[in-house]
Amino acid sequence: MEAYITGTGIISPQKTFDTDDFLSDVVKYDTNSLRCIEPSYKDYLNPTLARRMGRVIKMGIAASSICFKDSNVAIPDAIMTGTALGCLEDTEKFLLAIIDNDEQFLTPTSFVQSTHNTVSAQIALQLKCMNYNFTYVHKGYSFESSVLDGLMTIAEGNGKDILVGGHDEMTDKYYRVCDRVGYWKKEVVPTMELIDSKSDGSIAGEGAAFFMLSKEQKEKCYAKLRSIKFIYKPESQQEIEKRISEMLAEKNLTADDIDVVVYGINGDARYDGIYDQLKDSYFKNSTSTYFKHLCGEYQTAGSFAMWIASMIVKTQSIPDAIMIGEKKHKQIKNVLIYNSFMGTDHAAFLLSQC
Amino acid sequence: MDKKVYVTGIGLISAIGNNVAETLASFNDLKPGVGSLEHIKSRHQGETPVAEVKASNEELAAMAGFTKEYKNTRTALLGVIAAKEAVKSAGITDIKEFRTGIISATSVGGMGTTENLWMDYLNTEKSGEWLKYIESHECGDSTEAIADSIGVKDFLSTISTACSSSANSIMLGARMIKQGLLDRVIVGGTDCLSKFTINGFSTLMILDKEHCKPFDAQRQGLNLGEGAGFIVIESERAAKGKEILCELSGYGNANDAYHQTASSPEGAGAYLAMEKAFKVSGLKPSDISYINAHGTGTQINDLSEGTALDKMFDKKVPMISSTKAFTGHTLGACGGIEAVFSVLAIKHNMVYPNLNHVNQMPEISFTPVKELKKNQKIDHVLSNSFGFGGNTSALIFSRSQLVK
Repeated sequence: MEAYITGTGIISPQKTFDTDDFLSDVVKYDTNSLRCIEPSYKDYLNPTLARRMGRVIKMGIAASSICFKDSNVAIPDAIMTGTALGCLEDTEKFLLAIIDNDEQFLTPTSFVQSTHNTVSAQIALQLKCMNYNFTYVHKGYSFESSVLDGLMTIAEGNGKDILVGGHDEMTDKYYRVCDRVGYWKKEVVPTMELIDSKSDGSIAGEGAAFFMLSKEQKEKCYAKLRSIKFIYKPESQQEIEKRISEMLAEKNLTADDIDVVVYGINGDARYDGIYDQLKDSYFKNSTSTYFKHLCGEYQTAGSFAMWIASMIVKTQSIPDAIMIGEKKHKQIKNVLIYNSFMGTDHAAFLLSQC
Repeated sequence: MDKKVYVTGIGLISAIGNNVAETLASFNDLKPGVGSLEHIKSRHQGETPVAEVKASNEELAAMAGFTKEYKNTRTALLGVIAAKEAVKSAGITDIKEFRTGIISATSVGGMGTTENLWMDYLNTEKSGEWLKYIESHECGDSTEAIADSIGVKDFLSTISTACSSSANSIMLGARMIKQGLLDRVIVGGTDCLSKFTINGFSTLMILDKEHCKPFDAQRQGLNLGEGAGFIVIESERAAKGKEILCELSGYGNANDAYHQTASSPEGAGAYLAMEKAFKVSGLKPSDISYINAHGTGTQINDLSEGTALDKMFDKKVPMISSTKAFTGHTLGACGGIEAVFSVLAIKHNMVYPNLNHVNQMPEISFTPVKELKKNQKIDHVLSNSFGFGGNTSALIFSRSQLVK
């Protein structure tokens, strides 16, 4: 089960669309809730339609459009997206209307758009694409499930170009709600200091990131996606390392073959120890990078990581802003992503040069 | 690739029973679960009929085997009860014996709890034990509760494609077995009733104020329901020597790409999903003995599905019924619950009645089965599930040649 990444479309708290630049000049934040830099939606959507849509729906449609253009694919053979929270803004809007008006005088728009599958459905609707269409909603495995499904669909011979993606939005209210269960830091941590922060909690983020997974290698090719593994609630560091070793062995690789590792370090003292141990022992000969200081922590942040890894392989370069320690590789053949959300849903992705 | 996927276990809970035995008894007694709303304080009480599971959350927690303090939503509790019954019925004693996964589905997730606590969540001056429910809002929470309660670690995922959600979780599980990624998977879905969905469907004006009448010319809409349904599917290797209930022989997924909430009048997406399921199974429409329709009772669904069926079966539609007048429309759980019904139809050679059908729809050729039929020969069952966002899915269950 392998595929080529032949297109990407990313909307994130960094300037990641309408540019060829790879994070050479990152946007630094002094807030614990990072929001996306959004495009002008009139380039992607009918303005009347856009006015009625929640933010994440617009971000999803725009990011997927960018991906279609980048990959030069008009209609994908399948669409699968991942979102942990769905269309949060519309969900809150309808919920508040129920509460405020005591279940009276309600209108359907926000209810209809609150459904978790709205983004995949809207992409299909815009393209009139009647092909396979799935939406995954499993916390830190939402995006990862869409990637696995994409790889499976190609392996089954059911498609050549598959759109996969992850999208989640943050709202002011949901930020405050999650704050009550210790998700976020109490103190403001500037972007470049997140990695050295030793307190509990992380910074909130959001984003929409889409990828074209293709059966055939094309002229434009970011990387070859070779494997993805889910490691649910690992009981020990040994279990994590064993599962990574098995994953690499399936591709005849060992830890020393991994040139660069992209870690999901989020500055949360409760969970970062796992990454530190991987970095300092198991992957001690690999170059270390991280990304959540640029996009924030969210359930589908694995999609931002996959973009980072794809760009590292394609450009054979690593932006200074994501480096940890010194460069240890000679060339970049293999990149591994290790990411987890709130200590439960761990996943590893392996990407290689095309 | 010609690998088979065997169904070895079933479990469910809905308004017509807390387990398989109670459900069969309700079918035998022709006792639908639709009634008045009891467990949710709402303006719709006494006005909008629903199909509620007849137990409080405390009672459900006890049934789920949570003896000490639990922090599960109603969606999770329903899911744990049905999944545990499925695992037990499959005779699984050591969950780690094979690579085992769980793929669940839900449309409301933890909303049934969130909607009651939202204002308190936002009020930092209020605090309490209830804060533990914040993390259970996410759809994946119920799946992790099920996985942890039965000890599954190898793979977890959750699907939300509105009312086709759990048909898709069954499809994904089957594909993972065929690809050799897992040996057995517990697949299905769970959803509880909530003010959010009752009011949502109410604004769309598709809730029948009376008991719903699927495929009737005078149908007025659907009745919402709640519940969970799971089946255990296994590879040939894992199922060896076990009692095989049937095979999951076909599955198909497509998108109608017509409208965010309404199906196309000709049922183009529904037709495509069925066509794909037939292709995977290698069966012809004439092989199907019984169709468990999506049949929600809305004007649009029943016309769209009926038209697609007439085209698929060339107007020679076999025995067909919608069971939603028994269970209500359980949204993300209906594909799982109706998968259990499909398995039971094969096991007991029976067909369920489509309750409340009086008037023939002029647009379609077929009339649904109106009484409980026993001693039929049911070898292949088609089960349809369609949802908002144009998501359409079809599953085919077949009698297995492998008899223990």
